[in-house]
Amino acid sequence: MTTSAQENVHSGKPVISARGLAKQFAHQAAVNGIDFDIYPGKCFGFVGPNGAGKTTTLRMTMGLTPPSGGVLSVFGLPVTGNGPAIRARVGIVPQADNLDPDFTIEENLYIYASYFGLARAQVAARIEGLLAFVSLTDRRMAKTGTLSGGMQRRLTIARALINDPELLVLDEPTTGLDPQARHAIWGRLSELKARGKTLLLTTHYMEEAERLCDELVIMDQGRILAQGSPRQLIEQHVEPEVIEVRGGEGAAFLQLAELSGCRMERMGSSMYCYSQGFAPLIETLKARHDLKYVHRPAGLEDVFLRLTGRELRD
Amino acid sequence: MQRWPLPRIRPGALAVWRRNILVWRKLLAPAILMNFGEPLIYLLGLGFGLGRFVGEMSGMSYLAFLSSGIIASSAMTTASFEGMYSVFTRMVPQKTYEAILATPLEIDDILAGEMLWCATKSLFSGMAILAVATVLGVVGSWQAVLVIPVVFLIGLCFAGPALIMSSLAYNYDFFNYYFVLIITPMYILCGVFYPIESLPAAVHGAVQLLPLTHAVILTRALVAGAELSHPLLHLAVLMLYAVVSYSIALVLVKKRLQV
Repeated sequence: MTTSAQENVHSGKPVISARGLAKQFAHQAAVNGIDFDIYPGKCFGFVGPNGAGKTTTLRMTMGLTPPSGGVLSVFGLPVTGNGPAIRARVGIVPQADNLDPDFTIEENLYIYASYFGLARAQVAARIEGLLAFVSLTDRRMAKTGTLSGGMQRRLTIARALINDPELLVLDEPTTGLDPQARHAIWGRLSELKARGKTLLLTTHYMEEAERLCDELVIMDQGRILAQGSPRQLIEQHVEPEVIEVRGGEGAAFLQLAELSGCRMERMGSSMYCYSQGFAPLIETLKARHDLKYVHRPAGLEDVFLRLTGRELRD
Repeated sequence: MQRWPLPRIRPGALAVWRRNILVWRKLLAPAILMNFGEPLIYLLGLGFGLGRFVGEMSGMSYLAFLSSGIIASSAMTTASFEGMYSVFTRMVPQKTYEAILATPLEIDDILAGEMLWCATKSLFSGMAILAVATVLGVVGSWQAVLVIPVVFLIGLCFAGPALIMSSLAYNYDFFNYYFVLIITPMYILCGVFYPIESLPAAVHGAVQLLPLTHAVILTRALVAGAELSHPLLHLAVLMLYAVVSYSIALVLVKKRLQV
Protein backbone atom coordinates (compact mmCIF):
# COMPACT_ATOMS: atom_id res chain seq x y z
CA MET A 1 0.00 0.00 0.00
CA THR A 2 1.29 3.44 -0.83
CA THR A 3 0.96 5.72 2.12
CA SER A 4 0.29 9.35 1.56
CA ALA A 5 2.88 10.01 4.24
CA GLN A 6 5.34 9.41 1.43
CA GLU A 7 3.40 11.37 -1.16
CA ASN A 8 2.52 14.42 0.91
CA VAL A 9 4.97 16.95 2.17
CA HIS A 10 4.98 16.85 5.95
CA SER A 11 6.66 19.21 8.30
CA GLY A 12 8.43 17.93 11.39
CA LYS A 13 8.44 14.58 13.10
CA PRO A 14 5.20 12.67 13.47
CA VAL A 15 3.15 13.38 16.59
CA ILE A 16 2.03 9.76 16.62
CA SER A 17 3.80 6.92 14.89
CA ALA A 18 2.60 3.30 14.82
CA ARG A 19 4.21 0.24 13.21
CA GLY A 20 2.57 -3.16 13.31
CA LEU A 21 0.28 -1.98 16.12
CA ALA A 22 -1.95 -4.81 17.34
CA LYS A 23 -4.48 -5.47 20.07
CA GLN A 24 -5.66 -8.96 20.78
CA PHE A 25 -8.70 -9.45 23.01
CA ALA A 26 -9.63 -12.84 24.44
CA HIS A 27 -11.63 -13.99 21.45
CA GLN A 28 -10.74 -11.62 18.63
CA ALA A 29 -8.09 -9.36 17.18
CA ALA A 30 -9.43 -5.82 17.60
CA VAL A 31 -6.45 -4.24 15.81
CA ASN A 32 -4.45 -6.36 13.46
CA GLY A 33 -1.03 -4.85 12.76
CA ILE A 34 -1.54 -1.30 11.48
CA ASP A 35 0.98 1.38 10.46
CA PHE A 36 0.33 5.11 10.45
CA ASP A 37 2.02 8.47 11.07
CA ILE A 38 0.20 11.59 12.21
CA TYR A 39 1.97 14.89 11.53
CA PRO A 40 1.74 18.12 13.52
CA GLY A 41 -0.93 20.63 12.60
CA LYS A 42 -2.91 18.13 10.55
CA CYS A 43 -6.30 16.58 11.06
CA PHE A 44 -6.03 12.81 10.80
CA GLY A 45 -9.13 10.62 10.68
CA PHE A 46 -9.90 7.00 11.44
CA VAL A 47 -12.96 6.00 9.47
CA GLY A 48 -14.63 2.64 9.62
CA PRO A 49 -17.76 0.72 10.53
CA ASN A 50 -18.59 -0.11 14.16
CA GLY A 51 -16.11 -2.66 15.48
CA ALA A 52 -13.38 -1.69 13.01
CA GLY A 53 -10.88 -1.07 15.83
CA LYS A 54 -10.93 2.75 15.79
CA THR A 55 -11.61 3.34 19.47
CA THR A 56 -9.18 0.61 20.53
CA THR A 57 -6.49 2.30 18.43
CA LEU A 58 -7.19 5.65 20.11
CA ARG A 59 -7.09 4.07 23.56
CA MET A 60 -3.73 2.48 22.81
CA THR A 61 -2.22 5.75 21.60
CA MET A 62 -3.28 7.43 24.85
CA GLY A 63 -1.80 4.70 27.04
CA LEU A 64 -5.26 3.67 28.28
CA THR A 65 -4.98 0.09 27.13
CA PRO A 66 -1.71 -1.75 26.51
CA PRO A 67 -0.98 -2.88 22.92
CA SER A 68 -0.45 -6.61 22.34
CA GLY A 69 2.17 -5.96 19.68
CA GLY A 70 3.96 -3.44 17.50
CA VAL A 71 5.75 -0.16 18.12
CA LEU A 72 3.82 2.93 19.15
CA SER A 73 5.18 6.36 20.05
CA VAL A 74 3.50 9.67 20.80
CA PHE A 75 5.51 12.94 20.90
CA GLY A 76 8.53 10.72 20.32
CA LEU A 77 7.92 8.83 23.58
CA PRO A 78 7.14 5.12 23.65
CA VAL A 79 3.56 4.89 24.94
CA THR A 80 4.26 2.07 27.39
CA GLY A 81 5.25 3.66 30.68
CA ASN A 82 4.66 7.22 29.43
CA GLY A 83 0.85 7.38 29.50
CA PRO A 84 0.65 10.20 32.09
CA ALA A 85 3.37 12.28 30.40
CA ILE A 86 1.63 11.89 27.04
CA ARG A 87 -1.87 12.63 28.36
CA ALA A 88 -0.57 15.80 30.02
CA ARG A 89 -0.09 17.16 26.47
CA VAL A 90 -3.28 15.76 24.93
CA GLY A 91 -6.96 16.67 25.13
CA ILE A 92 -9.37 13.75 24.87
CA VAL A 93 -13.02 13.99 23.83
CA PRO A 94 -14.62 10.60 24.56
CA GLN A 95 -17.32 8.92 22.53
CA ALA A 96 -19.97 9.30 25.26
CA ASP A 97 -20.11 12.47 27.32
CA ASN A 98 -18.83 11.90 30.84
CA LEU A 99 -19.18 15.36 32.34
CA ASP A 100 -19.49 15.51 36.10
CA PRO A 101 -23.25 15.80 36.79
CA ASP A 102 -22.72 17.10 40.32
CA PHE A 103 -21.00 20.26 39.11
CA THR A 104 -21.82 23.35 37.07
CA ILE A 105 -20.21 24.03 33.71
CA GLU A 106 -17.58 26.25 35.28
CA GLU A 107 -16.88 23.82 38.14
CA ASN A 108 -16.45 20.99 35.64
CA LEU A 109 -13.63 22.95 34.02
CA TYR A 110 -11.94 23.86 37.31
CA ILE A 111 -12.14 20.31 38.65
CA TYR A 112 -10.79 18.91 35.40
CA ALA A 113 -7.89 21.37 35.53
CA SER A 114 -7.04 20.03 38.99
CA TYR A 115 -6.46 16.57 37.50
CA PHE A 116 -3.68 18.16 35.43
CA GLY A 117 -2.27 19.74 38.57
CA LEU A 118 -3.42 23.17 37.39
CA ALA A 119 -4.52 25.47 40.21
CA ARG A 120 -7.52 27.79 40.05
CA ALA A 121 -5.49 30.95 39.53
CA GLN A 122 -3.48 29.36 36.72
CA VAL A 123 -6.54 28.51 34.65
CA ALA A 124 -9.04 31.29 35.47
CA ALA A 125 -8.20 33.30 32.35
CA ARG A 126 -8.03 30.21 30.17
CA ILE A 127 -11.47 29.08 31.36
CA GLU A 128 -12.95 32.46 30.39
CA GLY A 129 -11.49 32.01 26.93
CA LEU A 130 -12.75 28.44 26.63
CA LEU A 131 -16.28 29.32 27.75
CA ALA A 132 -16.36 32.06 25.10
CA PHE A 133 -14.89 29.70 22.48
CA VAL A 134 -17.71 27.17 22.97
CA SER A 135 -20.39 29.88 23.53
CA LEU A 136 -21.25 28.77 27.06
CA THR A 137 -20.26 31.90 28.98
CA ASP A 138 -23.89 32.72 29.80
CA ARG A 139 -24.58 29.19 31.04
CA ARG A 140 -21.51 28.91 33.26
CA MET A 141 -23.54 28.35 36.43
CA ALA A 142 -25.81 25.72 34.85
CA LYS A 143 -25.62 22.09 35.93
CA THR A 144 -24.45 19.86 33.10
CA GLY A 145 -27.64 17.78 33.27
CA THR A 146 -29.67 20.75 32.03
CA LEU A 147 -27.63 21.15 28.83
CA SER A 148 -28.64 19.99 25.34
CA GLY A 149 -26.56 17.30 23.64
CA GLY A 150 -24.79 19.92 21.54
CA MET A 151 -23.90 22.05 24.56
CA GLN A 152 -22.61 19.01 26.45
CA ARG A 153 -20.35 18.17 23.50
CA ARG A 154 -19.08 21.74 23.33
CA LEU A 155 -18.36 21.68 27.05
CA THR A 156 -16.56 18.34 26.63
CA ILE A 157 -14.39 19.94 23.93
CA ALA A 158 -13.68 22.94 26.17
CA ARG A 159 -12.78 20.53 28.97
CA ALA A 160 -10.37 18.69 26.66
CA LEU A 161 -8.62 22.02 25.97
CA ILE A 162 -8.11 22.88 29.65
CA ASN A 163 -4.42 21.85 29.55
CA ASP A 164 -3.80 23.74 26.28
CA PRO A 165 -2.97 20.44 24.52
CA GLU A 166 -0.84 20.07 21.41
CA LEU A 167 -2.97 17.18 20.21
CA LEU A 168 -6.75 16.86 20.45
CA VAL A 169 -8.17 13.35 20.20
CA LEU A 170 -11.89 13.06 19.41
CA ASP A 171 -13.80 9.77 19.36
CA GLU A 172 -16.90 10.27 17.19
CA PRO A 173 -17.28 13.94 18.14
CA THR A 174 -20.68 14.53 16.52
CA THR A 175 -22.49 11.19 16.84
CA GLY A 176 -26.08 11.76 17.91
CA LEU A 177 -26.10 15.53 17.37
CA ASP A 178 -28.56 17.52 15.26
CA PRO A 179 -27.28 19.26 12.09
CA GLN A 180 -26.89 22.68 13.73
CA ALA A 181 -24.92 21.21 16.62
CA ARG A 182 -22.70 19.26 14.21
CA HIS A 183 -21.90 22.37 12.21
CA ALA A 184 -21.12 24.21 15.44
CA ILE A 185 -18.62 21.49 16.40
CA TRP A 186 -17.08 21.38 12.91
CA GLY A 187 -16.57 25.15 13.05
CA ARG A 188 -14.75 24.89 16.39
CA LEU A 189 -12.55 22.05 15.19
CA SER A 190 -11.55 23.92 12.02
CA GLU A 191 -10.64 26.90 14.16
CA LEU A 192 -8.49 24.74 16.43
CA LYS A 193 -6.67 23.34 13.42
CA ALA A 194 -6.10 26.87 12.14
CA ARG A 195 -4.48 27.63 15.50
CA GLY A 196 -1.99 24.84 14.86
CA LYS A 197 -3.40 22.02 16.99
CA THR A 198 -3.08 18.50 15.68
CA LEU A 199 -6.44 16.72 15.52
CA LEU A 200 -7.04 12.99 15.58
CA LEU A 201 -10.62 11.87 15.17
CA THR A 202 -12.70 8.80 14.54
CA THR A 203 -15.99 9.00 12.75
CA HIS A 204 -18.38 7.01 10.66
CA TYR A 205 -19.75 10.12 9.00
CA MET A 206 -18.02 10.50 5.66
CA GLU A 207 -19.14 14.09 5.37
CA GLU A 208 -17.33 14.85 8.61
CA ALA A 209 -14.15 13.11 7.50
CA GLU A 210 -14.27 14.85 4.11
CA ARG A 211 -14.73 18.29 5.68
CA LEU A 212 -12.19 18.05 8.47
CA CYS A 213 -9.48 15.56 7.63
CA ASP A 214 -6.30 16.28 5.71
CA GLU A 215 -5.54 12.61 5.75
CA LEU A 216 -7.48 9.56 6.80
CA VAL A 217 -7.38 5.82 6.99
CA ILE A 218 -10.32 3.57 6.29
CA MET A 219 -10.34 0.69 8.77
CA ASP A 220 -12.30 -2.51 8.85
CA GLN A 221 -11.91 -5.58 11.05
CA GLY A 222 -8.76 -4.23 12.65
CA ARG A 223 -6.91 -3.50 9.40
CA ILE A 224 -6.24 -0.39 7.35
CA LEU A 225 -7.86 -0.77 3.94
CA ALA A 226 -6.79 2.55 2.42
CA GLN A 227 -4.98 5.71 3.41
CA GLY A 228 -4.68 9.18 1.90
CA SER A 229 -6.33 12.56 1.63
CA PRO A 230 -10.09 12.48 0.91
CA ARG A 231 -9.39 13.59 -2.67
CA GLN A 232 -6.70 10.94 -3.20
CA LEU A 233 -8.95 8.21 -1.87
CA ILE A 234 -11.78 9.21 -4.17
CA GLU A 235 -9.49 9.38 -7.19
CA GLN A 236 -7.88 6.04 -6.40
CA HIS A 237 -10.89 3.96 -5.52
CA VAL A 238 -14.01 5.15 -7.36
CA GLU A 239 -15.10 6.65 -10.65
CA PRO A 240 -15.68 10.41 -10.56
CA GLU A 241 -19.47 10.42 -10.98
CA VAL A 242 -22.45 8.47 -9.70
CA ILE A 243 -26.04 8.11 -10.73
CA GLU A 244 -28.19 6.79 -7.94
CA VAL A 245 -31.69 5.45 -8.39
CA ARG A 246 -33.86 4.76 -5.37
CA GLY A 247 -36.97 2.77 -4.82
CA GLY A 248 -38.56 0.00 -6.82
CA GLU A 249 -37.47 1.19 -10.27
CA GLY A 250 -34.17 -0.68 -10.06
CA ALA A 251 -34.89 -3.25 -12.74
CA ALA A 252 -35.80 -0.70 -15.39
CA PHE A 253 -32.74 1.37 -14.48
CA LEU A 254 -30.44 -1.64 -14.57
CA GLN A 255 -31.22 -2.22 -18.28
CA LEU A 256 -30.48 1.40 -19.14
CA ALA A 257 -27.35 1.57 -17.04
CA GLU A 258 -25.86 -1.62 -18.45
CA LEU A 259 -26.12 -0.09 -21.90
CA SER A 260 -23.99 2.83 -20.73
CA GLY A 261 -21.33 0.40 -19.45
CA CYS A 262 -20.94 1.75 -15.91
CA ARG A 263 -19.98 -0.20 -12.76
CA MET A 264 -23.09 -1.14 -10.81
CA GLU A 265 -23.50 -1.43 -7.05
CA ARG A 266 -26.63 -2.21 -5.10
CA MET A 267 -27.46 -1.36 -1.51
CA GLY A 268 -30.87 -2.00 -0.05
CA SER A 269 -33.36 -0.72 -2.59
CA SER A 270 -30.87 1.72 -4.18
CA MET A 271 -28.82 1.16 -7.34
CA TYR A 272 -25.58 3.01 -7.99
CA CYS A 273 -24.02 3.46 -11.39
CA TYR A 274 -20.36 4.64 -11.28
CA SER A 275 -18.73 6.12 -14.38
CA GLN A 276 -17.75 9.34 -16.10
CA GLY A 277 -19.42 11.35 -18.90
CA PHE A 278 -22.99 10.37 -18.26
CA ALA A 279 -24.57 12.68 -20.90
CA PRO A 280 -26.29 10.01 -23.06
CA LEU A 281 -27.64 8.09 -20.04
CA ILE A 282 -28.93 11.27 -18.44
CA GLU A 283 -30.76 12.23 -21.64
CA THR A 284 -32.48 8.86 -21.56
CA LEU A 285 -33.32 9.20 -17.86
CA LYS A 286 -34.80 12.66 -18.43
CA ALA A 287 -37.22 11.18 -20.91
CA ARG A 288 -38.25 8.42 -18.49
CA HIS A 289 -40.64 10.09 -16.05
CA ASP A 290 -41.08 6.83 -14.10
CA LEU A 291 -37.43 6.87 -12.86
CA LYS A 292 -36.24 9.24 -10.13
CA TYR A 293 -32.48 9.63 -10.06
CA VAL A 294 -29.68 11.64 -8.45
CA HIS A 295 -26.57 12.54 -10.42
CA ARG A 296 -23.63 13.63 -8.22
CA PRO A 297 -19.84 13.60 -8.01
CA ALA A 298 -18.46 10.54 -6.19
CA GLY A 299 -17.50 11.13 -2.56
CA LEU A 300 -15.81 9.48 0.35
CA GLU A 301 -19.01 7.61 1.17
CA ASP A 302 -18.70 5.77 -2.15
CA VAL A 303 -15.08 4.87 -1.36
CA PHE A 304 -16.07 3.70 2.08
CA LEU A 305 -18.91 1.54 0.84
CA ARG A 306 -16.80 0.07 -1.92
CA LEU A 307 -14.00 -0.88 0.45
CA THR A 308 -15.97 -2.06 3.47
CA GLY A 309 -18.85 -3.68 1.60
CA ARG A 310 -22.47 -2.70 1.65
CA GLU A 311 -23.90 -5.19 4.08
CA LEU A 312 -25.32 -3.96 7.35
CA ARG A 313 -22.99 -3.89 10.37
CA ASP A 314 -23.87 -4.40 13.99
CA MET B 1 4.92 -2.47 36.00
CA GLN B 2 4.60 -4.16 39.38
CA ARG B 3 1.79 -6.64 39.49
CA TRP B 4 1.01 -6.12 43.18
CA PRO B 5 2.02 -2.57 43.88
CA LEU B 6 1.92 -0.88 47.25
CA PRO B 7 -0.34 2.15 47.62
CA ARG B 8 1.29 5.34 46.38
CA ILE B 9 -0.18 8.64 47.44
CA ARG B 10 0.58 11.18 44.72
CA PRO B 11 -0.93 14.63 44.19
CA GLY B 12 -3.40 13.10 41.72
CA ALA B 13 -5.02 11.12 44.54
CA LEU B 14 -5.64 14.35 46.40
CA ALA B 15 -7.33 15.86 43.31
CA VAL B 16 -9.75 12.91 43.30
CA TRP B 17 -10.29 13.28 47.06
CA ARG B 18 -10.93 17.01 46.57
CA ARG B 19 -13.48 16.37 43.80
CA ASN B 20 -15.42 14.12 46.16
CA ILE B 21 -15.38 16.52 49.07
CA LEU B 22 -16.65 19.31 46.79
CA VAL B 23 -19.59 17.14 45.74
CA TRP B 24 -20.20 16.17 49.38
CA ARG B 25 -20.30 19.85 50.34
CA LYS B 26 -23.15 20.38 47.88
CA LEU B 27 -25.22 17.64 49.50
CA LEU B 28 -24.40 18.59 53.05
CA ALA B 29 -27.82 18.35 54.70
CA PRO B 30 -28.57 14.69 53.89
CA ALA B 31 -24.92 13.82 54.58
CA ILE B 32 -25.04 15.31 58.07
CA LEU B 33 -28.37 13.67 58.76
CA MET B 34 -26.80 10.35 57.84
CA ASN B 35 -23.68 10.99 59.97
CA PHE B 36 -25.45 12.20 63.10
CA GLY B 37 -28.95 10.84 62.74
CA GLU B 38 -28.49 7.10 62.46
CA PRO B 39 -25.88 6.55 65.17
CA LEU B 40 -27.72 8.99 67.43
CA ILE B 41 -30.88 6.90 67.22
CA TYR B 42 -28.95 3.74 68.05
CA LEU B 43 -27.11 5.44 70.85
CA LEU B 44 -30.11 7.02 72.50
CA GLY B 45 -32.54 4.21 71.75
CA LEU B 46 -30.36 1.29 72.75
CA GLY B 47 -28.12 3.13 75.20
CA PHE B 48 -30.92 4.47 77.34
CA GLY B 49 -33.60 1.90 76.52
CA LEU B 50 -31.50 -1.24 76.83
CA GLY B 51 -29.01 0.39 79.22
CA ARG B 52 -31.68 0.63 81.88
CA PHE B 53 -31.88 -3.18 82.02
CA VAL B 54 -28.23 -3.92 81.34
CA GLY B 55 -26.71 -1.49 83.80
CA GLU B 56 -22.96 -1.94 83.45
CA MET B 57 -21.05 -3.86 80.82
CA SER B 58 -17.32 -4.67 81.01
CA GLY B 59 -17.04 -2.35 83.98
CA MET B 60 -18.54 0.74 82.29
CA SER B 61 -22.02 2.19 81.72
CA TYR B 62 -23.82 0.56 78.80
CA LEU B 63 -24.05 3.92 77.06
CA ALA B 64 -20.25 4.31 77.26
CA PHE B 65 -19.77 0.71 76.08
CA LEU B 66 -22.16 1.17 73.16
CA SER B 67 -21.03 4.60 72.02
CA SER B 68 -17.37 3.58 71.93
CA GLY B 69 -18.33 0.52 69.84
CA ILE B 70 -20.60 2.44 67.49
CA ILE B 71 -17.77 4.84 66.63
CA ALA B 72 -16.01 1.86 65.05
CA SER B 73 -19.07 0.25 63.44
CA SER B 74 -20.26 3.49 61.94
CA ALA B 75 -16.81 4.12 60.46
CA MET B 76 -17.18 0.67 58.91
CA THR B 77 -20.62 1.23 57.40
CA THR B 78 -19.80 4.75 56.19
CA ALA B 79 -16.68 3.62 54.33
CA SER B 80 -18.49 0.55 53.00
CA PHE B 81 -21.44 2.53 51.62
CA GLU B 82 -19.19 5.11 50.00
CA GLY B 83 -16.80 2.49 48.63
CA MET B 84 -19.65 0.55 47.06
CA TYR B 85 -22.65 2.64 45.99
CA SER B 86 -20.79 5.89 45.33
CA VAL B 87 -17.63 4.39 43.88
CA PHE B 88 -19.63 2.09 41.60
CA THR B 89 -21.69 5.08 40.42
CA ARG B 90 -18.53 6.97 39.52
CA MET B 91 -16.83 3.94 37.97
CA VAL B 92 -19.69 2.56 35.87
CA PRO B 93 -22.87 4.54 35.10
CA GLN B 94 -21.45 8.03 35.53
CA LYS B 95 -18.12 7.25 33.76
CA THR B 96 -16.30 9.70 36.03
CA TYR B 97 -13.24 7.45 36.07
CA GLU B 98 -13.16 7.37 32.29
CA ALA B 99 -13.07 11.17 32.30
CA ILE B 100 -10.33 11.24 34.95
CA LEU B 101 -8.24 8.64 33.12
CA ALA B 102 -8.11 10.94 30.08
CA THR B 103 -5.83 13.16 32.20
CA PRO B 104 -2.36 12.31 33.54
CA LEU B 105 -3.99 10.49 36.48
CA GLU B 106 -3.89 6.71 36.65
CA ILE B 107 -6.09 4.08 38.26
CA ASP B 108 -3.69 3.99 41.24
CA ASP B 109 -4.39 7.66 41.89
CA ILE B 110 -8.16 7.26 41.58
CA LEU B 111 -8.31 4.34 44.01
CA ALA B 112 -5.94 5.98 46.49
CA GLY B 113 -8.11 9.12 46.32
CA GLU B 114 -11.26 7.06 46.85
CA MET B 115 -9.72 5.24 49.85
CA LEU B 116 -8.75 8.57 51.41
CA TRP B 117 -12.22 9.95 50.74
CA CYS B 118 -14.03 6.92 52.21
CA ALA B 119 -11.83 7.24 55.31
CA THR B 120 -12.57 10.96 55.48
CA LYS B 121 -16.29 10.23 55.54
CA SER B 122 -15.68 7.67 58.29
CA LEU B 123 -13.83 10.38 60.14
CA PHE B 124 -16.81 12.74 59.86
CA SER B 125 -19.19 10.12 61.23
CA GLY B 126 -16.78 9.07 63.99
CA MET B 127 -16.35 12.67 65.10
CA ALA B 128 -20.11 13.22 65.09
CA ILE B 129 -20.60 10.28 67.44
CA LEU B 130 -17.69 11.34 69.60
CA ALA B 131 -19.33 14.76 69.94
CA VAL B 132 -22.65 13.20 70.93
CA ALA B 133 -20.93 10.85 73.40
CA THR B 134 -19.09 13.79 74.93
CA VAL B 135 -22.35 15.68 75.42
CA LEU B 136 -23.87 12.58 77.02
CA GLY B 137 -20.91 12.55 79.43
CA VAL B 138 -19.60 9.08 78.60
CA VAL B 139 -16.18 10.03 77.20
CA GLY B 140 -13.43 9.02 79.62
CA SER B 141 -10.68 11.58 79.12
CA TRP B 142 -8.82 13.78 76.66
CA GLN B 143 -7.05 10.76 75.25
CA ALA B 144 -10.32 10.18 73.35
CA VAL B 145 -9.04 12.57 70.67
CA LEU B 146 -6.55 9.85 69.72
CA VAL B 147 -9.53 7.96 68.34
CA ILE B 148 -9.65 10.41 65.41
CA PRO B 149 -6.67 8.99 63.48
CA VAL B 150 -7.79 5.49 64.47
CA VAL B 151 -11.23 6.09 62.94
CA PHE B 152 -9.49 7.24 59.74
CA LEU B 153 -7.54 3.98 59.68
CA ILE B 154 -10.75 2.00 60.29
CA GLY B 155 -12.22 3.82 57.29
CA LEU B 156 -9.25 2.80 55.09
CA CYS B 157 -9.51 -0.78 56.31
CA PHE B 158 -13.15 -1.09 55.20
CA ALA B 159 -12.85 1.11 52.10
CA GLY B 160 -10.50 -1.38 50.42
CA PRO B 161 -12.86 -4.39 50.55
CA ALA B 162 -15.71 -2.12 49.39
CA LEU B 163 -13.62 -1.09 46.36
CA ILE B 164 -13.07 -4.77 45.61
CA MET B 165 -16.85 -5.30 45.65
CA SER B 166 -17.34 -2.31 43.33
CA SER B 167 -14.76 -3.64 40.89
CA LEU B 168 -16.69 -6.92 40.69
CA ALA B 169 -20.24 -5.50 40.67
CA TYR B 170 -22.48 -5.29 37.62
CA ASN B 171 -25.37 -3.63 39.44
CA TYR B 172 -26.22 -2.22 42.85
CA ASP B 173 -28.03 -5.37 44.01
CA PHE B 174 -24.70 -7.19 44.05
CA PHE B 175 -23.78 -5.24 47.19
CA ASN B 176 -26.58 -6.96 49.14
CA TYR B 177 -24.40 -10.08 49.32
CA TYR B 178 -21.58 -8.19 50.96
CA PHE B 179 -23.82 -6.33 53.38
CA VAL B 180 -25.81 -9.35 54.48
CA LEU B 181 -22.95 -11.86 54.50
CA ILE B 182 -20.06 -9.70 55.73
CA ILE B 183 -21.02 -6.33 57.18
CA THR B 184 -24.11 -7.31 59.21
CA PRO B 185 -22.46 -10.36 60.87
CA MET B 186 -19.49 -8.19 61.86
CA TYR B 187 -21.82 -5.53 63.19
CA ILE B 188 -23.58 -8.06 65.39
CA LEU B 189 -20.65 -10.31 66.36
CA CYS B 190 -17.57 -8.11 66.75
CA GLY B 191 -18.22 -6.58 70.15
CA VAL B 192 -20.19 -3.44 69.33
CA PHE B 193 -23.21 -4.43 71.45
CA TYR B 194 -21.71 -6.92 73.92
CA PRO B 195 -18.22 -8.25 74.79
CA ILE B 196 -16.95 -10.89 72.37
CA GLU B 197 -15.92 -13.00 75.41
CA SER B 198 -19.60 -13.93 75.81
CA LEU B 199 -19.60 -15.69 72.42
CA PRO B 200 -19.12 -19.49 72.19
CA ALA B 201 -15.40 -20.37 72.11
CA ALA B 202 -15.26 -21.25 68.40
CA VAL B 203 -17.04 -18.05 67.35
CA HIS B 204 -14.90 -16.06 69.75
CA GLY B 205 -11.81 -17.37 68.00
CA ALA B 206 -13.23 -16.68 64.56
CA VAL B 207 -14.19 -13.07 65.22
CA GLN B 208 -10.57 -12.32 66.13
CA LEU B 209 -9.82 -12.58 62.43
CA LEU B 210 -12.35 -9.89 61.54
CA PRO B 211 -11.19 -6.29 61.34
CA LEU B 212 -14.17 -4.79 63.20
CA THR B 213 -13.20 -6.73 66.34
CA HIS B 214 -9.83 -4.96 66.40
CA ALA B 215 -11.41 -1.63 65.52
CA VAL B 216 -13.84 -1.88 68.44
CA ILE B 217 -11.10 -2.85 70.92
CA LEU B 218 -9.17 0.28 69.93
CA THR B 219 -12.09 2.73 69.99
CA ARG B 220 -13.40 1.35 73.28
CA ALA B 221 -10.03 1.75 74.93
CA LEU B 222 -9.54 5.28 73.66
CA VAL B 223 -13.07 6.63 74.16
CA ALA B 224 -14.33 4.76 77.20
CA GLY B 225 -10.98 4.03 78.86
CA ALA B 226 -11.12 0.23 78.57
CA GLU B 227 -7.93 -1.73 79.12
CA LEU B 228 -5.71 -2.10 76.03
CA SER B 229 -3.02 -4.77 76.02
CA HIS B 230 -1.80 -4.99 72.38
CA PRO B 231 -2.43 -1.66 70.65
CA LEU B 232 0.14 -2.29 67.90
CA LEU B 233 -1.32 -5.66 67.05
CA HIS B 234 -4.80 -4.17 66.53
CA LEU B 235 -3.42 -1.28 64.47
CA ALA B 236 -1.39 -3.70 62.38
CA VAL B 237 -4.46 -5.83 61.60
CA LEU B 238 -6.35 -2.77 60.37
CA MET B 239 -3.37 -1.62 58.28
CA LEU B 240 -2.92 -5.05 56.79
CA TYR B 241 -6.57 -5.19 55.70
CA ALA B 242 -6.26 -1.71 54.17
CA VAL B 243 -3.06 -2.40 52.20
CA VAL B 244 -3.98 -5.87 50.98
CA SER B 245 -7.50 -4.91 49.93
CA TYR B 246 -6.22 -1.80 48.11
CA SER B 247 -3.75 -3.92 46.14
CA ILE B 248 -6.41 -6.45 45.18
CA ALA B 249 -8.86 -3.69 44.21
CA LEU B 250 -6.16 -2.09 42.06
CA VAL B 251 -5.58 -5.26 40.06
CA LEU B 252 -9.33 -5.83 39.63
CA VAL B 253 -10.17 -2.27 38.58
CA LYS B 254 -7.29 -2.27 36.08
CA LYS B 255 -8.63 -5.48 34.65
CA ARG B 256 -12.06 -3.93 34.36
CA LEU B 257 -11.13 -0.51 32.93
CA GLN B 258 -7.97 -1.08 30.90
CA VAL B 259 -9.61 -2.86 27.98
